[in-house]
Amino acid sequence: MLETSADGPFITGKVRLVHAVGMHARPAVKLTKLAKRFQAQISIRASETADWINAKSVAKVMALRAPRDSVIEIKAHGEDAEAAVAALIDLVATDFPDTGA
Amino acid sequence: MNDTVGIVIVSHSKDIAKGTADMVRQMVGSEVKVAFCGGNPDGGLGTNVSLIIDAINDAWSAKGVAILVDLGGAETNSEMAVEMLEPERRKMVVVCNAPIVEGAVMAATEAAGGSSLEQVRAVAEELTAG
Repeated sequence: MLETSADGPFITGKVRLVHAVGMHARPAVKLTKLAKRFQAQISIRASETADWINAKSVAKVMALRAPRDSVIEIKAHGEDAEAAVAALIDLVATDFPDTGA
Repeated sequence: MNDTVGIVIVSHSKDIAKGTADMVRQMVGSEVKVAFCGGNPDGGLGTNVSLIIDAINDAWSAKGVAILVDLGGAETNSEMAVEMLEPERRKMVVVCNAPIVEGAVMAATEAAGGSSLEQVRAVAEELTAG
């Protein structure tokens, strides 16, 4: 999905959190680590009324405390924004697999 | 892969130090070097300057080392260990003002992305800033 704003185009996406215990410590670390691989500015929120938070800040992602079945919204802005949103959606949708990294 | 900031965990208890290091390795991964020390040479509680220096050497990285400590003496002995390093290495080691477990996990997460020592420290200390 593509949105435009005063800052230029944002790539956005949504994904349901299927992890049994929601966005707790381990998923938060994985999400943050993945987000950091991209140059794009990436924000996430766990409900339509919540403030967007920086997906590259592990403290903020952990503090989301999103329960199971929340819908995580992702928006990204920058050169690799599309790849970033796709990668993060995949991570959440596949339940934060261990990559052995 | 670029070098990443190393993490040193200093607790009065060897079990806490080891457990914290295990959490970092399992939650963040093995790309960040983590070293730990805790307890005195007799097996009791305490911290020891020379063991802290050994841990700093084990976790050493060209990007520097962030130390996470628990209580009182862990902090002062860590500062003393840093003082005893060669001057050019001394400025590449920081003692973070952060809770030991949470700070270690967050510092390592930040380090894994290739961040600088100052960024790693800032992320660990975000928890205490609020």
